[in-house]
Amino acid sequence: MHEMSIALAVVDQVDGAARPAGATAVRSVRLQVGELAGVVPDALTFSFQLACAGTVLEGAELDIEPVPARARCGACARTWLPGMPPRLTCPGCGGTDTELLSGRELQIVRVCWHDTAPHPPISQEC
Amino acid sequence: MCRVVDLQQAVLAKNDACAHTLREDLAARGTALVNLLSSPGSGKTALLERELTLARDRGVPVAALTADLATENDAVRLARSGVPVKQILTDGLCHLEAEMLGGHLHDWLPAEARLLFIENVGNLVCPASYDLGETLRVVLASVTEGEDKPLKYPTAFGLAHLVVVTKTDIAEAVSFDEEEFRANVERVNPGVEVHLTSVRQGIGEGVLLDRALAARDGAPVHIPVMTRTSHHVHDESEPQPQDEHSADLDTVASSRS
Repeated sequence: MHEMSIALAVVDQVDGAARPAGATAVRSVRLQVGELAGVVPDALTFSFQLACAGTVLEGAELDIEPVPARARCGACARTWLPGMPPRLTCPGCGGTDTELLSGRELQIVRVCWHDTAPHPPISQEC
Repeated sequence: MCRVVDLQQAVLAKNDACAHTLREDLAARGTALVNLLSSPGSGKTALLERELTLARDRGVPVAALTADLATENDAVRLARSGVPVKQILTDGLCHLEAEMLGGHLHDWLPAEARLLFIENVGNLVCPASYDLGETLRVVLASVTEGEDKPLKYPTAFGLAHLVVVTKTDIAEAVSFDEEEFRANVERVNPGVEVHLTSVRQGIGEGVLLDRALAARDGAPVHIPVMTRTSHHVHDESEPQPQDEHSADLDTVASSRS
């Protein structure tokens, strides 16, 4: 189970962004997890809680946004949902010049934190 | 006050950056890294020992590093080839990461090595997510593991530059269906080469060494679809009306726990 390593990487990056900005407590972290990212959301949520202990993220909620895989055929331009296990050859023409439009995401998109700093890098307030 | 901050950072950005640096550092000294992935018991060590021995016989300088949770058994086996070998004990960790690997190479990797083979921890799930700075990622499956292995572990097989089937000497005894296996590989990784090997019968001897040397010398390496990701902004991440579903394999109900 590598979800603990993934969770530690998330905590490390969020901590690295939040503390210099004056965050006193991180409330939530939104994560995109692609269907083909090779990560199990439930295992990641469990690991995340453990990884947050004793950090500025203690008690933070992990909000996982699943991203379905989508593919497009370079030969006939058809788009399809590859599913799981993924079909990455074109279901129309049988072509193999496939482009993956989405599905491999493993990305921290948004963090919500409490802070005391006057000018952190704000995108919006909630 | 609660603030919402758009971070937009890849979770594995640190590992990917370390892997990129490692790849560049190795390239600068003329070494290419080969990352071997498979389930436990599929024959990574036996195949690697054969290829290392062949490299020594041909006078090609190579080195190998093998990772396990415990024991130095694999390093002892690989060292019989006569090439420099090092064991990494991960103390329970199920995969290698680039930074960890870089630390083990420091002060050990022989300057003349043209190839560095990494025998990853026997596991088809976790190691698949971690780039180690390899030029060639090879995924192995033995004939005893079932033709549907690529479908059960699509990330591992989907990201392979090369797929190697091992233990083909017993293929008939276990009714291995090569055609079905190849079709399943093609489904998750269109265009990737599949090679058959048997250490006992000498089948496919040199395939790993030859492919790795070719990749080191700049021969084109297969680009898996899973790495051909779109540069489009994710305004299309939701299923679109014109998208078709892959409709097969849906005859048995399943649920995710």
